[in-house]
Amino acid sequence: MSPPVPPELLTDDVSLLMVLIDTNPYFWSSIKQSFPFSKFLSDVLAFLNATLLLNQLNQVVVIATGYNSCGYVFDSAGLVNARAESCLPELEKFLKNDASMSTEDTVNGVGHSLLSGSLSMALCYIQRIFRSGAGHPQPRILCLHGSPDGPGQYVAVMNAIFSAQRSMVPIDSCVIGAQHSAFLQQASHITGGVYLKPQLLEGLLQNLLTVYATDMHSRNFIQLPKPLGVDFRAS
Amino acid sequence: MKKLESSNPQALSWCVTLAHQATGNYARLEDRLAGIEARLSGLELEQKVESKLSSCAGKILNSPSVASISGTKSCKGEEIGKHTMENRAIKAISVLDLSFEKQYMTDKQVVKPVYYKSSVKDPGVRGVLKMNKDRFVFTPSDPTSSVRLNVEFRTITGHRFTKQETKQGSKPPQCLLNLNQDQGGYLFQFDSFPDRDICKDFVARVLEMRDAGKAVSNKSATPVHDEQLSAAEMERRIKLLQENSELQKLHKQFVIGGILSEAEFWATRKKLLEQNSSRKSKQRVALKNDMWSTKPLSDGQSNRVTFNLTPEIILQIFAEKPAVRQAYLKFVPNKMSEKEFWTKYSRAEYLHSTKNVVAAAAEAAEDEELAVFLKRDDMLVNEARRKIKQVDPTLDMEADEGDDYTHLPDHGLSRGDEKEVLEPQYEPFKRSFSQYLNQHAAIVLQGRVVDVESGDTRSVAEALARTKQAELAKDVSDVDMDHARLERVSRMAEIEDLQAPSEPPVAPLSIKDPRDYFDSQQANALNTAAESDFCSTQLNFSIRPSLAYSWLNESITEIKTGGLADPLISSDVALKVFDSLNQSMSCTKFNVGRNPSDSVLDSLPKDTKEELLHHWTSIQELLKHFWSSYPITAKSLFSKATKMKDAMSQIYPKLQELKRTVQSDLRHQVSLLVQPMLQALEAAFAHYDADIQKRSSRNAGRPNGY
Repeated sequence: MSPPVPPELLTDDVSLLMVLIDTNPYFWSSIKQSFPFSKFLSDVLAFLNATLLLNQLNQVVVIATGYNSCGYVFDSAGLVNARAESCLPELEKFLKNDASMSTEDTVNGVGHSLLSGSLSMALCYIQRIFRSGAGHPQPRILCLHGSPDGPGQYVAVMNAIFSAQRSMVPIDSCVIGAQHSAFLQQASHITGGVYLKPQLLEGLLQNLLTVYATDMHSRNFIQLPKPLGVDFRAS
Repeated sequence: MKKLESSNPQALSWCVTLAHQATGNYARLEDRLAGIEARLSGLELEQKVESKLSSCAGKILNSPSVASISGTKSCKGEEIGKHTMENRAIKAISVLDLSFEKQYMTDKQVVKPVYYKSSVKDPGVRGVLKMNKDRFVFTPSDPTSSVRLNVEFRTITGHRFTKQETKQGSKPPQCLLNLNQDQGGYLFQFDSFPDRDICKDFVARVLEMRDAGKAVSNKSATPVHDEQLSAAEMERRIKLLQENSELQKLHKQFVIGGILSEAEFWATRKKLLEQNSSRKSKQRVALKNDMWSTKPLSDGQSNRVTFNLTPEIILQIFAEKPAVRQAYLKFVPNKMSEKEFWTKYSRAEYLHSTKNVVAAAAEAAEDEELAVFLKRDDMLVNEARRKIKQVDPTLDMEADEGDDYTHLPDHGLSRGDEKEVLEPQYEPFKRSFSQYLNQHAAIVLQGRVVDVESGDTRSVAEALARTKQAELAKDVSDVDMDHARLERVSRMAEIEDLQAPSEPPVAPLSIKDPRDYFDSQQANALNTAAESDFCSTQLNFSIRPSLAYSWLNESITEIKTGGLADPLISSDVALKVFDSLNQSMSCTKFNVGRNPSDSVLDSLPKDTKEELLHHWTSIQELLKHFWSSYPITAKSLFSKATKMKDAMSQIYPKLQELKRTVQSDLRHQVSLLVQPMLQALEAAFAHYDADIQKRSSRNAGRPNGY
């Protein structure tokens, strides 16, 4: 952990950004042609670096949402001149571990990544920050998600959402897949985050910078996109 | 007049210019002007005013346009102009008229020599009466006289006066003016009728102004009107106005403002009034929850004891004591008079109140009729028995909560120990207080079953007896009841061992494989989704895990070696994203109004919102009256439509103004709201003009006919 930042420096525009990236290999293989993973990674890393540059005290934590497991792959806390690229070796390690857990020979469909697990990890991290001392940056969670909702995770995801709502942590969601995610729509609706499904995936970076870079303080006076409707179905 | 000119030069010049243009009903104009002149001269204005006014009237009559049009039959267009011009001229003159009056009221007073009289026959005290808008003062000519008056008009409730016409043969009437107060009043005799009439008019106007002011300040008071309304009707209206602030506003604006008459205003709200009245009549007065209404009044000196019986109390007695009712039907009037009956009853009551059971028994033995009142009411006993049969048979009626504690010393109710030992022959004469209390409570809760308003004691008794019989007839016969009772006993006393095991009514939900269940659910949902073709390709997609992972790893190494994509984003794409984001944001912004929970009105400043709502309700009211006056079959309807149209044309510019003055970012919303109002008004104006045109073309032969 980093040496504690003096609380008086933690103004209301200092963010703790928890980014959950979907690393479901089957999903990424399915859209290999239209939107390769490398393009996604490069957009996300650029966005993370931008976030770190926006405020020196900003903190970014990346959690990989895998097919079989979840894991922290990056934490900017304690790093001097942190660059998001340094998460790549960790990500490789995580994927190797995740792959070793798969037992099937072939997989039909894209499957579901463990959104509930990574959400819980993000909330745990935030809770630890909350309890660490007097001052803390304003936390928010950003889900970069592509896989379809896993119906079996419904209860777990909803529990995570309510827990986030209780600790006043907004869950922003950016859906990369082709269909809307009812889970994330509800998550953003309930916690007061932003839900967006970019029309143009090549412009993901622009979306991220325009919409998701706004810190909690600025959201008081910035008009962000609002969804026209929320799908409240269970799954 | 000078003052008027200085204060209201526009009004005058407007009047004159309008008069120039006016091309219509000269006779009416002349009348109007003559009326003004008369009033002005009556109020002793300078000669100058009169000359000015008559010159003004002359201008109207001699204006070239008048001559040109009155000379020959005019064409259609001029005819229309004629009508509207005429109306406007009349209106202008009435405005002028009004301003004269106002001017006069505020700074003038009337001074007249009078006799102050205490009664019509009284010769009266000679003196001077001064009136201004606040008060009137009477000063006697004889300074030693003690009769002096200084009265404020606000204490005056009305005024009366004698008629000028004399009957044939009777002596000429006195010129009297009577100012009424709550108690008494002030009677003045004038030297001449013109003098009296000036004062009379002055008082009338002062009172009118005061009432109007009062109506505005009270908001609930309705102005004096020529139609006669019953007090109840008036009260109902006032109540409605008090309850409904919106209605009150409209009433204030239109009725007190003189645009609508009281009757017109309420004509469209008959339903409201009816609702209110029906609501009122629906509630009936219940029986009094008062048990000692027949308590004897003793003066403490003589042996006399007085009972007060009212129809209300008699009804209560009949309802609570069926035996008395029965006795009444039996004895009165054949065996004894009504008075005798009640005297006997009172005597019995008195005996009961002394709680002397032995004395009561002795009295009963002597008097057969009295015994009826003194003995226990058999009918009540029977009814109680009947009721007990209906009670759940497994319930121990004698047990109470205290029984749980009887094993502890000093707890629970000790029963039977302190019972008075009573000889069996006195038993029927004992009356327990709790019985009485319960009976009374039951009757009160039952409510008023018959109307007592008939007032006739006998009919009340009969009506009660009838309802009771009907009630009894409704109940099942004893045999049936016993059967039902037994059935109930067997049902209540259920023996568990003998019952078949009961199945739960619904099969519990058991999902063997939740994943399977939810997946099928999702498949259903996906089928409805728009991107169903894409989903199917996704679902049909199949790959080996090792391949998928290795491909991801490749992507990572690609970035590790080659760095981030360069350029990260093309400016074209970025612009497109920007555009779509902006569009979606502005789109949701405009959709705000479609959400029923947050209305556009809430986004407006409070003043604007209230103004808009107020205009809306007033326009609705006016339009309602406007359209209801079509088709025009009578002159009054035409004048009403005109009046409505004028009132609406006053609101029209206000709406335009509102639209213009609102903040630029809200202008769009406000204009959206105002637009339908404007359209409704325009439609009304168009109809009005078209109607006028039709009318004038039809009546071309009769210039003054409607």
